[in-house]
Amino acid sequence: MDDVPSNLPFNAGSAESSPGPSGASGSSPWLSSTVLAIGTRKGLWLATSSDRVTWELRGPEFAMTEVPSLAFDARSGTPRLLAGVRSEWWGPNVAVSEDLGHTWQEPQEQAIAFPEDTGATLERIWQLRPDTADRPGVVWAGCEPISVFRSEDGGRHFELVRGLWDHPHRPQWGAGYGGPAAHTVLPSPVDDSVHVAISSGGVYRSDDRGDSWDAFNSGIIANFMPQEYPEFGQCVHKVARDAGNPQRLYAQNHGGVYRSDDAGDRWISIADGLPADFGFVMLAHPSRPDTIWTIPLGSAGERNPPQGRPAVYRSTSAGEDWERFDTGLPAYDFNAVLRDAADVDTADPAGIYFGTRGGEVYASADEGETFNLVAANLPDVLCVRAVRT
Amino acid sequence: MSAPSGPDTRSAGAVGLLLPAALAEAVGGQRLLVLPQRPVSGADIGANPEADAAGSITVAVALDRLREQQPGVYSRICDETGAVRRYVNLYLDGEDIRDLAGQSTVLASGAQLLVLQSIAGG
Repeated sequence: MDDVPSNLPFNAGSAESSPGPSGASGSSPWLSSTVLAIGTRKGLWLATSSDRVTWELRGPEFAMTEVPSLAFDARSGTPRLLAGVRSEWWGPNVAVSEDLGHTWQEPQEQAIAFPEDTGATLERIWQLRPDTADRPGVVWAGCEPISVFRSEDGGRHFELVRGLWDHPHRPQWGAGYGGPAAHTVLPSPVDDSVHVAISSGGVYRSDDRGDSWDAFNSGIIANFMPQEYPEFGQCVHKVARDAGNPQRLYAQNHGGVYRSDDAGDRWISIADGLPADFGFVMLAHPSRPDTIWTIPLGSAGERNPPQGRPAVYRSTSAGEDWERFDTGLPAYDFNAVLRDAADVDTADPAGIYFGTRGGEVYASADEGETFNLVAANLPDVLCVRAVRT
Repeated sequence: MSAPSGPDTRSAGAVGLLLPAALAEAVGGQRLLVLPQRPVSGADIGANPEADAAGSITVAVALDRLREQQPGVYSRICDETGAVRRYVNLYLDGEDIRDLAGQSTVLASGAQLLVLQSIAGG
């Protein structure tokens, strides 16, 4: 499958009006900087900062195109930026940029497409997840309808993971409000296991790189179903893996915040200390064990910051207790933060980023304790991803 | 919309595809794609009695030829099942093919199929 420069209709970008990577000064503004990619319902913006406090914004790329998934693949040096884009007219695709979003390439045919025998049509790419450094070409994609695809060539072409598609539970998986999707893919850094989170199907794990899958939802409540603790069917919103213990996972659910210390065999509640157990975000520190962040929303019936007071909650004890941080955030905001509209970078101290459905994007250079505004008045923010260059 | 200048599909005995600007960018700005005529087989025309061996083909066959000729354009018009995408409309002589016979609609030799994106969106 040939890559083509992105003169296809997704990319009606603003590269001509943007400073190039070499900048007007002749020195590289990208040196020791942070790049934040912001995917929205109508296009992609990129923000750059040398101090993670003040930001230069450019965009939009992919005008009138939804960007529900982004990934920086930094495994081979210069970060590559992958974007799961979706035009209401022309369908979904994966676009790849080798220069931090200044130019893009897309495969002629859809990078992700269902095989003919499935009779299915790709609706949306919810997640793009590069695998570990020792699997350099492997990129996972979580998609709608509920499915996982895997690429062996860095994200140019993907194949359906048949083991999950053929799972006998699939006909009983439901659809979350945003659509039926496998929105989270977590390949293990230490073994052949992969976790997938499905709305609404719950957490599934493969121990053989995707050939076979089992449900791992023990202890997770599904209070929207007749049986509160079913084998599967839970509406998990996001799962993150602990930096120090690969068997330790954290989950923000549609009602419930959980930790598993055994790769999902059993989940325990870590919601005590939070103002609400509903939300979409779960972030884990990239290098420090037991440190996580979530952004609570009021409830399933009130999907806004509790009392309209947005705040980020951090735990440094694997969820045993939580601290509230809201410095720099609006005193009053009724916009939710969606599951992939938050990210953590790899710096020390780590940067925390999130965007709202009201089109505001915030950054913290001190692990979530204080925030600065990166951008405002954008379309609904669907995803953000940060990389240090 | 008037037909842009380009190869004459009538003299070529082929069918043409008139692209919107957004898709024409993918083929160097060319608005009219000519899908060359090939011998029409029974498989091409299927059971549709309106198709004949004098050059008429169905929309489905035209789209198959588009897939061979311009896969990047095809994949934006049709999804992986072969269905025309929800917010893409194909017109033959001012009629949406969904109001005719869908992809079984017969295109006479020289016909031009107009591709337009719908006005959906907010």
